[in-house]
Parts: sequence; C-alpha cells; structure tokens
Amino acid sequence: MNTIVVGQLQRQFQDYIVSLYQQGYLDNQFTELRKLQDEGSPDFVAEVVSLFFDDCAKLINDMSTSLERPDHVDFKQVDSGVHQLKGSSSSVGARRVKSVCIAFKECCDVQNREGCLRCLQQVDYEYKMLKTKLQDLFNLEQQILQAGGTIPQVSMN
Amino acid sequence: MTREELPNLAESKLTALVVDDNFVNQSIHQKLLSRLGIQNDVVCNGKEAVDAHCSGRNYDLILMDMDMPIMNGTQATKRLREMGIESKIAGVTTRANEGEKKEFMEAGLNDFQEKPLTISKLLSILHKLDFYVQT
Repeated sequence: MNTIVVGQLQRQFQDYIVSLYQQGYLDNQFTELRKLQDEGSPDFVAEVVSLFFDDCAKLINDMSTSLERPDHVDFKQVDSGVHQLKGSSSSVGARRVKSVCIAFKECCDVQNREGCLRCLQQVDYEYKMLKTKLQDLFNLEQQILQAGGTIPQVSMN
Repeated sequence: MTREELPNLAESKLTALVVDDNFVNQSIHQKLLSRLGIQNDVVCNGKEAVDAHCSGRNYDLILMDMDMPIMNGTQATKRLREMGIESKIAGVTTRANEGEKKEFMEAGLNDFQEKPLTISKLLSILHKLDFYVQT
C-alpha cells in the first residue's frame, strides 16, 4: 500500500464530501445513511441512492405526463408524485432535490401549471447533478479501497 | 452514537414488519432494523400487512407508513387492531399535520415518528415501546 497515495486520496475524498454538504447537495440524513454501511453491506449507500435515482426518473416521467396537456392537468397525481419524491429525497439526504419539492408542492396546491413545469425542470436538473456528484464520490471511494486504504468517516458537526 | 456503541438486540429475538410503498424507505428501514439485530420483513402497503397477519405471521413491532396505495397506514392500523393484533405499531410519515397525525394515532398506534428515520429515532421508538432500555 502506498501510504502517500492513500493519504492524498483520503484528503481528496474528505474535501469533496465536505463541499457537497457546504454547497447544499447533501444534508445530515446522508451522514446517517453512511453510518449504516458496514463490512456486511459495503455498497449500501450506493444501492440506496441508486434506488432513489430510479425513483426520481420514474416520478418525473409520470409527473411530466400529468402536466402535459394544459386543459387536463391531474394536480392530484402531480401532488402524489411530489410527495413521494420529497419523501425519498429527505430519506437519502438529497437536500436540493427536497427544497425544489417543497416549492413544487406549493405550485401544486394553487394549481399553478407553469410553476409546476418550472419545478419539474428544476428537480430533473438537481437529481441529475446530484447523481453525477455522488458517482464521483463513489469513484473516489473505490480508488481509496483499491489503493489499500479505508474510507474516512467525515463528521459534519 | 458510534457504530461500536449501537445496541445489539439479536438475543431478544425481536421481529419487525416494515410497511412502506417506497423502495428507498423500505431499504433504509430494513437496514436500520438489521443493524440493531432485529429480524424483519417488508410489505408494500397496508393490505399486504393485513394479509401477512391473516396468513398467521406475527411481529413484535410494525413500522407503518401513512400514505400508501390500496390501503393506507391509518386504515391498516385500524384493521389490524380490529383483528386483535396487539403488536406495537409505530407510525412513520412525512405528512404530519396535526389532524392527520391525530387520526393516525387514534387508529391504534403506540408511537409516531417523522421520517426520515434514523438510528436515534428507531432507538427512541424501541425505548418508548419497552423493547430496549437505554443505558
């Protein structure tokens, strides 16, 4: 094991994950998820966020269909989708996605189709951005492990 | 609480049922329970929870989501209590306005926690329902 390389990768990992919290992509619930990962389930976080991203894609597609026709918007369906998405994003610590969902719900409540469409676009952007960021994070984890190191526990307190 | 400080309740042979239609939450809640040594099953809605009990399965603890298709958590809780199921039922939901919470509690819950669940919240549920004594 090259301890210098491992040390550099670990510092890079720490800096990156801290930046994700500071930029508002993640909140403390992501920390809670990481606590649940162990030797018995080393890919737990990656698996759960993968489920989340699949959820995002499906719900966004469904909501897009519901919002398609201006004269026939099923706001109840959209509201249900937003509720699901808000719940999932909250559970994995996807802070920006959750924030957009809060605004999205407000647009649903007043049946503002244009507002809903803007929020839909925004939530699509945010989840895809987070997906890219977390993929980079998981790649860094793999590099650390392949170099013979361990993943640092990062405290955000 | 560090990983090393987490209680292991495996010896108590507690069993739990996760009732939630969302796969992300199912995965997290199951992991939380497993982490504490609690064997658990999962179903996707209230009707499946009722059917599981009708088929003879029984659990010490049920983590019941509120908003689910086919049969929601409030309806499922009422039905289970009508069937004479005495398991401890903890409602877990993000929808928590006072009226909905009251209705959910009155359906027969023993405890209520807002999502997202964490180790601390789950331990709080277990402590309140006398499954675990905090030291």
